[in-house]
Amino acid sequence: MSSIRVVSPGFLTTIQDLGRYGHAHRGISASGAADALGLRAGNLLVGNAENAPAIEMTLTGGEFEFESDAIVALAGSDFDAELPLWMPIEIKAGAVLRCRGTKSGARCYLAVRGGIDAPLTLASASAHLLTGVGGRTLRKGDVLAIGESAVRKPRPPAKNPPQSERSATVRVTDGPQSGWFSGQLYEAPYTVAEECNRMGIRLTGTPIPSPAGGMLTEGVALGAIQVPPDGQPIVLFVEHQTTGGYPKPANVISADFWRLGQMRPRDEVRFEKVSIPHALDLLQAQERWLYTL
Amino acid sequence: MTISPASDRSLLVAFGDSISLETHRQVFHLTRAMHGLRGLLNLHPAYASLLVEFDPRFLDHAQAEALIREKLAVEAAAEHHQEARLVEIPVYYGGEFGPDLADVAAHTGLTPEQVIELHAATEYLVYFLGFAPGFAYLGGLPAQLATPRLSAPRKRVPAGSVAIGGNQTGVYPIPSPGGWRIIGHTDAKLFDPSAAEPVLLRMGDRLRFVRTNP
Repeated sequence: MSSIRVVSPGFLTTIQDLGRYGHAHRGISASGAADALGLRAGNLLVGNAENAPAIEMTLTGGEFEFESDAIVALAGSDFDAELPLWMPIEIKAGAVLRCRGTKSGARCYLAVRGGIDAPLTLASASAHLLTGVGGRTLRKGDVLAIGESAVRKPRPPAKNPPQSERSATVRVTDGPQSGWFSGQLYEAPYTVAEECNRMGIRLTGTPIPSPAGGMLTEGVALGAIQVPPDGQPIVLFVEHQTTGGYPKPANVISADFWRLGQMRPRDEVRFEKVSIPHALDLLQAQERWLYTL
Repeated sequence: MTISPASDRSLLVAFGDSISLETHRQVFHLTRAMHGLRGLLNLHPAYASLLVEFDPRFLDHAQAEALIREKLAVEAAAEHHQEARLVEIPVYYGGEFGPDLADVAAHTGLTPEQVIELHAATEYLVYFLGFAPGFAYLGGLPAQLATPRLSAPRKRVPAGSVAIGGNQTGVYPIPSPGGWRIIGHTDAKLFDPSAAEPVLLRMGDRLRFVRTNP
């Protein structure tokens, strides 16, 4: 079986697919690619099903030696691999693909034709780092088997791929407690804090008065913006806790989840409120782009 | 009961804002009725609400709400009275297994022995699982045992730690940071991702801690 050897893992590199759904009532959040749009596009370009396991790199990429010929695609942010992104690339046996520090956003995906053949936990290969479910970060010397799950021929290069910005506007819809807040979330930009990981993205800025009185713990959705008593918002991300007790003025729209996955410490972010129908139109446009691949 | 959007792909069904057996039953029945329906991504039950996350490519909010209302009507008519499971969790109390037992005794004015007897004599209810894989929110801690959390949380609490935090008690299913007072340890695996049934407890279970010697 063909395989990839991890020569160097980079800063924080894991195997991800689209996550494990259907277990939140047991306290298990979905995990999955932080920029699912990037992962899906990478997979589609090499001819995989969109949810095939691929390699997710964070901020600084790894080096990977291919033990046989392979077809790969890099998607997401430019990690200085001196290869074009968003298109299938042939790699010769023995070649080493070298990624370096990011030149744009936080995450880059290395999708391999056939998928990474990784063990499944609860039907997903996705590592959930906080809980240890589904694997760990990759280490030097790890050998990753390449699967045989390609479903079609490799595709032409993607046109108009998404580009992350270091000063982004993220669209949101009202959260369950939006009525408790008076719009401060939309007044000024926030800065992404150093504590920014797959579980949550902490923001710093003008504190938002946190409404008095507690609330009962309730379920929390991906992309929920919660405001703890210190008034600094936290965006709950792919490894989020399944329930929580802080009020939530807003929730990031599905079409902008990928932007969360590309955020890095010290980025600036502004929130813009949109209606649910508009959010769904934006999602449909994104899906249409994906299916041009 | 209210149904309102929590995001562009979820609805929050709220049965009120207090903890009671009646609301628990409503959450329990709706969670069970919604389980496994096409287009749903995740169900997040809690004390008095159920968050329903769906795939916006398959369902919109109106369709998801219609599904919820349909299930609510069926469940209200069915009046389930299914006997809940009783799960026993063996616990080694005190000593090296319960480093904070003395603190709980000091705070409550009870002897360590009385703390153990009271904790193990009570039948608890699993209101729901949440926060972390396999973590059960339990109802029923005797008020005399309520003890404030540690002022500085531990960086790592071992899996299987049985603890009291404020007016709640529970078991840490995975190693994690934590500020609850540890009074004992169980070898029961509350979360085992490699097992066919990875989570030991289920919403609606009754639970007893059984004092055991190592």
